Amino acid sequence: MKSRSARSLTRRQALKTGIAGLGAVAAGISFGRSAHAAEDPELNFYNWDTYIGETTLDDFKGVSGIEVNMSLFADNDELFAKLKEGNPGFDLIVPTNDFVERMAQAEMIVPLDHSKIPNFEKNISSLFKDPAFDPGRKFSMPYMWGTMGIGYRKSRVKEPITSWKTMFDSDEYSGRISWLSESRTMLGIAGMYMGHGMNAVDPVLVNSAADMLIAQKPHVRVIAEDNGQDLLLSGEVDLAIEWNGDILQVMEEDDDIGYVIPQEGSLVWEDTLCIPKDAPHPLNAHAFINYILEPEAGAKIAEFIFYASPNTAARALLGDDYNKNPAIFPPDEIIAKCEPSIYLGEDLQRAYEEAWTRMQAA
Amino acid sequence: MESWRSTPRVFWAVFSAPSFWLVAFFLIPLSLIWAYSFGEKTGIIDIAVTGTLDNYIRAFEPVYLQIFTKSLWIATLSTLICLAVGLPVALTIVYAPPKAKPWLLLLVILPFWTNLLIRTYALIAVLRTRGYVNFGLEWLYDQASWLFQIVGLGGLGAAILGERFEPVEILYNNGAVLIGLVYVHLPFMVLPLYAALERLDRSYLEASLDLGAGQFQTFWRVIVPLAMPGIVSGLIITFIPTLGSFLTPDLLGGPDSTMIANIIERQFKSANDWPFGSALSFMLMYLTFGALALRAFLGRGRSSGLEA
Repeated sequence: MKSRSARSLTRRQALKTGIAGLGAVAAGISFGRSAHAAEDPELNFYNWDTYIGETTLDDFKGVSGIEVNMSLFADNDELFAKLKEGNPGFDLIVPTNDFVERMAQAEMIVPLDHSKIPNFEKNISSLFKDPAFDPGRKFSMPYMWGTMGIGYRKSRVKEPITSWKTMFDSDEYSGRISWLSESRTMLGIAGMYMGHGMNAVDPVLVNSAADMLIAQKPHVRVIAEDNGQDLLLSGEVDLAIEWNGDILQVMEEDDDIGYVIPQEGSLVWEDTLCIPKDAPHPLNAHAFINYILEPEAGAKIAEFIFYASPNTAARALLGDDYNKNPAIFPPDEIIAKCEPSIYLGEDLQRAYEEAWTRMQAA
Repeated sequence: MESWRSTPRVFWAVFSAPSFWLVAFFLIPLSLIWAYSFGEKTGIIDIAVTGTLDNYIRAFEPVYLQIFTKSLWIATLSTLICLAVGLPVALTIVYAPPKAKPWLLLLVILPFWTNLLIRTYALIAVLRTRGYVNFGLEWLYDQASWLFQIVGLGGLGAAILGERFEPVEILYNNGAVLIGLVYVHLPFMVLPLYAALERLDRSYLEASLDLGAGQFQTFWRVIVPLAMPGIVSGLIITFIPTLGSFLTPDLLGGPDSTMIANIIERQFKSANDWPFGSALSFMLMYLTFGALALRAFLGRGRSSGLEA
């Protein structure tokens, strides 16, 4: 079974990630000194699991002579926690949009030199050139994007799923639902269902979303640690809130599984390439970013990991089964209703976290 | 006893390495966490240790007390189940033929050869809707309805057993967490019980039986009091890790199964609130100290009882 999904991390994989991370820390300590000399042909890349092309790292070594050491993290929180007390030696990281904002504010990532990344101007879709979370693309380059939605077992639902109501405000599928254990995301999409959007800044609204989740909780079978797709595949639940790529992965194995972005809209996210502060090999990192944004390299990654590429030139090389797949590229009118998660500052972060804890304790 | 005084060099040669280990990898990190627990966040990544008690005050908010209470309850319950299951197991091993004993003890320790994570995943495969427990139940159901068919009571069978086999939902609730905790911590209970029972002088049992006590009375009035030190040790070393368990509720639990260690993990990761996480960790540690103090107290009560 080939894993194609960046976010389908099981605990086992998380354990491996931890071990790989330790290795990278050790590598970082030994190579961290040679920052300003001519760079060694090396690059320490900190990435999500199975989130790069099958041969990308070898291909890059072939054209540049630079050896890429890849370590893996399980989620943005782990990435953030690892870099919080100082960079242990990574050159390139893959944070999601709201973490780009947070890490830029905390000065954990450095501005990019656009003159070293000509492929950005050349190949990237204009939709991704000036995002709100990083105006002018000062700190980040677009890597992949995607949505969150509902994966469901077609034969076990009476009519097509269209609304978040099924997951948040209804006992129709009592005991057959799984949620995702991500406080900010879950309270955000609950807010979208209630009509106050992904990024409520009023704690009263955040708490009203938590109240709705508390009322729905008895009908929820499990709050999954990002393995909703496995629960769906094994028949443990019939509806799961998950990342689109995760559901796509199990859709390939089981025709009876579908994916929908509810009509109220959902979360849209973008993973980016950033260079952390005190990176030992920033020049190599720029070279690798530019390589990933090349059409061929980008196409190879996209067709392997099955997430949506922002690279117009790369997409031109791929067929309809990728470009016309509605679970990868939802229709424009649905995307128009989706919102990204915005970093709201530490105080609101705490409000979201406390609301979630209240839901867990209730 | 005092011979180390005459050979201080040997003493330091032997004890410097473990002391260094203890200081560098236990006391210093623990002091840091303790210091953080009196700190506050001043930015996204900055923490200032200001001596504030806010984190501890926050730990007494109802929502956290509720989770603490729930964790205590789950830990107590699973410890007691461990005792109820572990005592017969320990007794069986003690009274097993001498040749079988090492093998039985090996069976108790065997699960430790596999990582906890893998054992927990294995448990998921056993307990889930399409897991081995439900396969077994389905087989029993099929046999039973076949029997009813044979004797010509198919309708009655369907009335009693139901038209179709409905899998039992065992996973993702508090029951699953209890099963997981008991499964993981049972060896911690069996081993001290075995050690205590093994030392027990059997002539007491013979005397008790000779003097007219039944098996049951002998068990309660002779074996249990004599094994009490082992029972208390077992209770303590089962209770402490159970109270702080994090993986089991995370993987086997349902929406209602959050324990305090899960909340602590969130503070260090997604909440990014190390000071509060540190305070919660120390609250958990004080509860542990409480359990140890209780043990010391019970120990004292017992020895004075014997003197009387």
